[in-house]
Amino acid sequence: MRSFTYSRAGSAAEAVGRAAAGTAFVAGGTNLLDLMKADVLRPEGLVDISRLPLDRIEETAEGGLRLGALARNADTAYDERVQTRYPMLSKAILAGASAQLRNMATNGGNLLQRTRCYYFYDTATPCNKRQPGSGCGAIGGVNRIHAILGASDQCIAVHPSDLCVALAALEAVVRVTGPDGERSIPFAELHRLPGDRPEIDTVLRPGDLVTAIDLPARGFAEHSTYLKIRDRASYAFALVSVAAGLEMDGDTVRDARLALGGVAHKPWRDPEAEAALIGKPATPDRFRAAARVLLRDAKGHEHNSFKIELAERAIVRALTEAAERKGASRP
Amino acid sequence: MAPLKASLRPAPAPPPAPIPVTLNVNGVERTLHLAPWTTLLDALRLHLDLTGTKKGCDHGQCGACTVLVDGRRINSCLTLAAMQDGRKVTTIEGLTTGDALHPLQEAFIEHDAFQCGYCTPGQICSAAGLIAEGKATTDDEIRELMSGNLCRCGAYPNIVAAIRQAMATVAPKAEGAP
Ligand SMILES: Cc1cc2nc3c(=O)[nH]c(=O)nc-3n(C[C@H](O)[C@H](O)[C@H](O)COP(=O)(O)OP(=O)(O)OC[C@H]3O[C@@H](n4cnc5c(N)ncnc54)[C@H](O)[C@@H]3O)c2cc1C
Ligand code: SF4
Ligand code: FES
Ligand code: FES
Repeated sequence: MRSFTYSRAGSAAEAVGRAAAGTAFVAGGTNLLDLMKADVLRPEGLVDISRLPLDRIEETAEGGLRLGALARNADTAYDERVQTRYPMLSKAILAGASAQLRNMATNGGNLLQRTRCYYFYDTATPCNKRQPGSGCGAIGGVNRIHAILGASDQCIAVHPSDLCVALAALEAVVRVTGPDGERSIPFAELHRLPGDRPEIDTVLRPGDLVTAIDLPARGFAEHSTYLKIRDRASYAFALVSVAAGLEMDGDTVRDARLALGGVAHKPWRDPEAEAALIGKPATPDRFRAAARVLLRDAKGHEHNSFKIELAERAIVRALTEAAERKGASRP
Repeated sequence: MAPLKASLRPAPAPPPAPIPVTLNVNGVERTLHLAPWTTLLDALRLHLDLTGTKKGCDHGQCGACTVLVDGRRINSCLTLAAMQDGRKVTTIEGLTTGDALHPLQEAFIEHDAFQCGYCTPGQICSAAGLIAEGKATTDDEIRELMSGNLCRCGAYPNIVAAIRQAMATVAPKAEGAP
């Protein structure tokens, strides 16, 4: 790692106040330090926010839960309220990384982790995300893990988080405090598509500190699942993942949430695909039809076209599981 | 290539001052003065001569560097020593009580749960964390919750057997369980 200065913030306000250009917050450190060792990120100063008192999980006045930005991924996944009221979220977190990493990783850090695109990590290759204007190594290179939806001719990277896919399906709200005060960001608006500015992952501005993630009351606990398809049975990033939540009226779908991971620069939701499920019987054919709506503009590259059919099948399987399932499943 | 003339070289920024870091390592309070970028793993191995904890990948991918901090298992390669200031660190060297091996150490020997042994300190510390967490009961759950520890010698079946045996003798503790 390159040389940097280190300081610990005693309060959120102090952290925001110290966030100068060239400075980064460090929470769990599991993504930031990894990228600093790879020389991809080169902050001149780290502000340690890991001890800020933003690590609680609390009830909200609206009947939901507030997840502290500094609550660890493991503590969030094993929280009894999360397990019973938001089982898809618990399952998604436990499908990610390893037990050690989940003990370190924070909820805020998880949202802001960077892509695992090989070229982003390899400073000897071009990458528009790492070095704007240098080109994209993955287009025309090895792109097996890359995007099939929402990509641009500048960047075809995917967002690697599992947690975020469930948060997108649950319509969580991200709470932020920054140099311009506090604000709330609907989850769907947090991450952006690459477009012609692939170096910018989210709508956060310099100095913004994520303080919490609010879960609305509706957790789809009765009929939900998180399905992760990957190269190994455990400890691997998703090729495709699906967070599915249904509200059922007998065999009819009354409401539906569907979010995909591993396919785009952000967790992918499509209102038309969800609309295609509502009021319809919960059958594989209907699920497949909705999957085709979601994937109508999917575009593969040389090594990742398999993801299109994989995503379709994963959606059908996840929705089938969610429709059948009563209550929480053990991950 | 000819060396740059000293006058043409940009003046290097002075290195940040070492920061004092106090760790309770295996029951002993140790104060070190470390460069900010010193990982907990390097602090243990290079500054405290506790070389039981291994560096495999240095990127959170193999689990060889697993230690317990305040009773919870973490990858010591992906945290700075300064971030753990004031905390209790337990390494493989700290699991024994006097000359008596920890039940996990006994079980690993009994089940021949290693070949080269490089992953073993990490496996054992991780298993101690797993038992404290109390989330695994079946072999499949042990495998899933130990997936952050790779073994290139492929001793996995024996590792699972050793952990299953030790789990029967060591009760999960509330302290350290997430
Ligand atoms: C081997 C390995 C396997 C993994 N597998 C998976 C997986 O399968 N699924 C998955 O989802 N993830 C996986 N991860 C990624 C892991 O989940 C992330 O590294 C972790 O969630 C990041 O959280 P952190 O607290 O450690 O973040 P840090 O590394 O501390 O920070 C990450 C970024 O977020 C910023 N940041 C952190 N907190 C805040 C805040 N409160 N406000 C503003 N900015 C903030 C930091 O400045 C930094 O830019 C894996 C990681 C590794 C190393
Ligand atoms: S896909 Fe994006 S992150 Fe990967 S090389 Fe191209 S620009 Fe960089
Ligand atoms: S050395 Fe830390 S996980 Fe490999
Ligand atoms: S015993 Fe050799 S790596 Fe596990």
